[in-house]
Amino acid sequence: MAPNAHDRDDRPAEEADLSARLQRLGEKLDQHRPSKASSDASAPRSGTRFAGFARGFRLSSELVAGVLVGAAIGWSLDHWLGIAPWGMIVFLLVGFVAGVVNVMRAAGVMPEQDARRRDT
Amino acid sequence: MADPIHQFEIVNLAPLVKIGATEIQLTNSAVFMMVAVGITAFLMIGATAGRQLVPGRLQSMAEVTYEFVADMIRSTAGEEGLRFFPLVFSLFTFILFANIVGIVPYTFTVTSHIVVTATLALLVFFTVIGYGLYSHGLGFFRLFVPHGIPGYILPFVVLIEIVSFLSRPISHSVRLFANMLAGHITLKVFAGFVAGLGGALGLVGWVGGVLPLAMVTALTALELLVAFLQAYVFTLLTCIYLSDALHPGH
Repeated sequence: MAPNAHDRDDRPAEEADLSARLQRLGEKLDQHRPSKASSDASAPRSGTRFAGFARGFRLSSELVAGVLVGAAIGWSLDHWLGIAPWGMIVFLLVGFVAGVVNVMRAAGVMPEQDARRRDT
Repeated sequence: MADPIHQFEIVNLAPLVKIGATEIQLTNSAVFMMVAVGITAFLMIGATAGRQLVPGRLQSMAEVTYEFVADMIRSTAGEEGLRFFPLVFSLFTFILFANIVGIVPYTFTVTSHIVVTATLALLVFFTVIGYGLYSHGLGFFRLFVPHGIPGYILPFVVLIEIVSFLSRPISHSVRLFANMLAGHITLKVFAGFVAGLGGALGLVGWVGGVLPLAMVTALTALELLVAFLQAYVFTLLTCIYLSDALHPGH
């Protein structure tokens, strides 16, 4: 009988202790939660996680492509119109400028063609 | 040492049909294209056949792939871009599985041939032009005429914009092709070092061969990343180009 009574006295005390600990834990968790939520919001979404890598790969070929197209146009004009070397000289430069424009656009320094239109 | 270029050789496996003087053969390239399509079909049709509310492993892979592509289109081309979802999704899964299958030894990498990547890039290029002309008429050409440019340099700017537009399919296709080609050649060359060292120097060579072998292991992991990244980049640029067809001018 005596041990039982002792238990009955003890149980409320234990429960109070437990609930106090739970409350403390909840407070601690609350302190952590807002910071976790904000870091979740600032973390990139799954679709943009590889955007940095992707951009690096993209920049490398944009410039070359512009120069190549310029050279191809220049060479064709020279070939058809017989104005060598002027077509090549002019269009190689134009192609180079177009390549730089491509790179700037890919890097986000210059807005995309349609985005720029939306602003105006 | 093994020839590092040998892996890109097209092999005729079986004759299919003959049109005029051109014989159409089933090549190893065609077989691995079918493998890529087969894996996609299995993932999309087979794995989602159960239609469980709580998806299993394969079904969630299919769902994640769908969400990934749909999010990409929404963030670059807007909600209207979703009408191109079938095209973009097919491109993404085809390139992704062609790249990943290509990493497995003794397989053929379809995307390491510029014929394949250029075809895909030109498909996107002509879709942009075709849809742009269809939906906006001649207004599509306002894409080449930026606003707020003084009249005296406008012809020059339009010329640059046109060259820039024409350079798209080149950078689009060369990037994928060059990355896959270079990656696979690098792998083969380093793998060739292992056998070459062992054959030439005997025991010392086999011990030294551990270094290139470690390199091959690391490069294979890198190739797996590149395989995914290049599929992602190709698809992302497709979305950006398609968004030009959707809104060339407002």
